[in-house]
Amino acid sequence: MILSTASSSQANAAFWRFLATRLLVSLLTLLAVSFMIYGLIELMPGDYAERELFRKYSGTGVTITQAEIDRVRADLGLDRPFLVRYGEWLWNVVTRLDFGPAFRVETSVNALIGDKFFYTFVLVVGAMLISYIVAIPVGIWVASRKSGIGDGVVTLLSYLGLALPNFAIALVLLMLNAFVFDLDVTGLVSQEFRDAPWSMAKFLDFLGHAYIPLLVLGWSTTAFQLQTMRGLMKDEMGKLYVTAAQARGFSGWPMLIKYPARHAVMPIVSTIGFDFSRSFNELPIVASILVLGELGQELLLAFLDADQNTAAGILVCITSVIIAANFLSDLLVAALDPRVRMRGGR
Amino acid sequence: MTDMTMTHSAQPKARQENYYTASQWQLFWSRFKRNRLAALGGAVLSLFIFIALFAEFLAPYSGQADTRNPDYTAGPPQLIRFCDSAGCQLWPFVHDMTSSYSVLEKSYQVEVLEENGQPLRRPLQFFYPAGEYKLLGLIPSDRHLFGVEQGFVHLFGTDSNGLDLFSRVMYATRTSLSIAFLGVMLSFILSLFFGGVAGYIGGWVDTAIQAFTDLVRVIPPIPLYMALTAMFPRDWSNTQVYFAMTLVLGLVNWPTLARRIRSYLLASREEEYVQAARLAGASGWRIVVRHLLPGFASYIIVELVINFPYRILDETALSIVGLGLRRPTMSWGVLLQEMTTVQAIQLTPWFFIPLIFFVVAVLSFTLLGDGLRDAADPYSGIRR
Repeated sequence: MILSTASSSQANAAFWRFLATRLLVSLLTLLAVSFMIYGLIELMPGDYAERELFRKYSGTGVTITQAEIDRVRADLGLDRPFLVRYGEWLWNVVTRLDFGPAFRVETSVNALIGDKFFYTFVLVVGAMLISYIVAIPVGIWVASRKSGIGDGVVTLLSYLGLALPNFAIALVLLMLNAFVFDLDVTGLVSQEFRDAPWSMAKFLDFLGHAYIPLLVLGWSTTAFQLQTMRGLMKDEMGKLYVTAAQARGFSGWPMLIKYPARHAVMPIVSTIGFDFSRSFNELPIVASILVLGELGQELLLAFLDADQNTAAGILVCITSVIIAANFLSDLLVAALDPRVRMRGGR
Repeated sequence: MTDMTMTHSAQPKARQENYYTASQWQLFWSRFKRNRLAALGGAVLSLFIFIALFAEFLAPYSGQADTRNPDYTAGPPQLIRFCDSAGCQLWPFVHDMTSSYSVLEKSYQVEVLEENGQPLRRPLQFFYPAGEYKLLGLIPSDRHLFGVEQGFVHLFGTDSNGLDLFSRVMYATRTSLSIAFLGVMLSFILSLFFGGVAGYIGGWVDTAIQAFTDLVRVIPPIPLYMALTAMFPRDWSNTQVYFAMTLVLGLVNWPTLARRIRSYLLASREEEYVQAARLAGASGWRIVVRHLLPGFASYIIVELVINFPYRILDETALSIVGLGLRRPTMSWGVLLQEMTTVQAIQLTPWFFIPLIFFVVAVLSFTLLGDGLRDAADPYSGIRR
C-alpha cells in the first residue's frame, strides 16, 4: 500500500509523458494525412478547372479554349504552385479551422461539411454502438454456454459479415425494398427538411431515415465484433480464476461481469479507433448506393472531381475522429487496467 | 481436447508413432482434413478457379458488343426445358424469345416466338463451335460448352444492352479473382521486403518503416483506394487500368503483413538456431531466407489466403462506385455497378446474379483461410 502511493506520482508522470507523446504523434499523423491526400489529388491527370469546364460544356459542342481553362484556374488560385496552395490551405486550417473554398459547389468546405459531418458522425458512431450493444452481451453469453450451437451460429455470422459486406446488404435491401416492402430507403432526411434548419421535427425525420443505413453499416462490424468477443471470452472462461470464483459460489451474470468479462472486453475497448475507421471505411460505397448525401458520398464526389480542399478536409476530419478515438481508448484502457497506468502505457 | 486424446489412444501404436515422426506439412494436412467446412470452401474455390481458367470455354458468347443480342435486351434468364405446351422431348432446349423496352408500358416486354402456333424450340448443342479463342492463352479452339444453332441462349438473362449475362459472369470471375491474386502477391513481395528489412536490420530503418505503416493504417483503406484510383486517367486502356488496380491493391495492403513478418523476425532473431547459423558464418539474407522464413512459411500462406477475400471485396466495392475497373472490362464489381444504375431494379432481378457469385467466392475463401489457419496453428487441436 505504502509502496504503491510512493510510486504513483512517478507513474503519473510517466503516464502524462506518454499522453504528450501520443498527442504529438497524432498531430504529425494528421499533417501527413492531409499532405498525402492533397498530394495524391495533385498527381491526378487534369485539375479541377478542366473537369469543371468539361462538365459545363460536354454535349454542347462548344470547344473549350486554353484561355478559358486558365481563367478558371486563376479564379480558383489553381495556377499557383502546389506547395504554396497546400501551405495556404494548411495555414487557414491550423489558424482558423477554415478548410477553404470547395471547388465543386460554390461554397466553403466548412459549410459543405458542417451538417454532413454531424450525419456521418451519428451514422458511424451509431453503427459502432449497435455493434457493441449486440456483440458484447451476446458474445459473453455464447462463450459462457457449454453447448456448441451458439458457437456455430456466431461463426457463421462472422463469415457472412465478410461475405455479405455492407454494400452488398445495401444492394440486397434495395432489391428487397422494390419487391417486398415499400419504404423510403434512400436519403437521410426527407425532401422538405433538406435545407431546413435543425428542429425537433427534422431530427425525428432524420432518425426515421437513419435506421436503415445504421443497420446496414452496423452489420459487418457487429458480425466481426461478435466473433472477437466470443473468442476473447472463451479464452478467459478457461482460466483458473474463473473456476476459483465459481468455487466461491459466484454464478450467472454477476460472476461473468465481475470476473472474465472485465478482462475479455479490454481488447475491444483498445480498438475503438480502429472500429471507427472500419465503420467509416465502407461508408462512401454504401452512401452512394443508398444516396445518403453525407461525408462518404461527398468524399467520393470530391475525388471524382479532383476537389483537393474538400477531399483533404473530409479526410482530415475523419482521421481526427479516428485519432481522437484511439486516444480515448488509450485513456479508457488506462482507467480499466491499473497495470497500463503504472507502466506509463507501454 | 477430449476428441484428440480419444482418437489417439484408440489408434494402433504404429499410427501413434507416425504422428510423432510426421513432418510439419503432414501434421498440417491431417489437421486441415478434419475441418469439413474448410474442405468445402476449398472445393468451391477450385470450381471458381476452373471458371477463371476456362472462361472462354464455359461462356457461350464473348459478353462484349460483338455478340450483342439486340432482340433480347434486359431479357430474363431462359430456362433449360425438356417440356413445353407442345409436349416433351429428351434433348434439352430453350425457347426463342424477344425482349424489348416498351415506352408505353414503361417495362420490358418478353415474348416467346411461335412457329405454327407452337413455341419455337432451340435445342441446346454441347461442345458447340462458335467464336474462336485460345484456351489458357495457348491452344486455339472454337468449342464452347454449350450453344444453340439458331437464336440465342441466355441462362442468366441479358443486361440492358442485350449482352449475355452468363458469359459476362464467367469472364468477370476471371478478372475479379486474378486481380485479387495479383494484388495479394504484390503486397506479399512488398511486405516480405519491408518486413524483412525492418525485422532483420532493426534500428532507425525499423522505426522509419513502422512510422510509415502506422500512417497508412490510420486512414480507412477504401477512401485511400479512392484517392489512388481517382488518379487513373480516363483515357487509359482497360489493360492499363487493370494493372494499375492491382498495383493499388498491392500498395495499400502491404503494411499489415509487413508488420507481422517483422514482429516474427524480431522475436526469432535471438533464437538459438539463428545464433548457430550466425556463428557458422551465414550471411544476413541467408539467415532470413533459409532459416527464419521456412519456420514462418505456413503463417505467410495462411495470411495470404485470408487476405484474398478482402481484395476481392475491395475491387468490387471500388468498381461499384465507378472508381475501379470500368466497362467494357468485366468484373463482379463492374457488373454490379450496371445493376445500381438501372432505374427500376424490380424489373430486372437477375442483375443480382453476380452478387451471388461474389458472396459464394468470398465465403469459400474465408472458410478455406480459417481452416488453413487452424491447421497451421499447432495448438488448435487443444484450444478451441
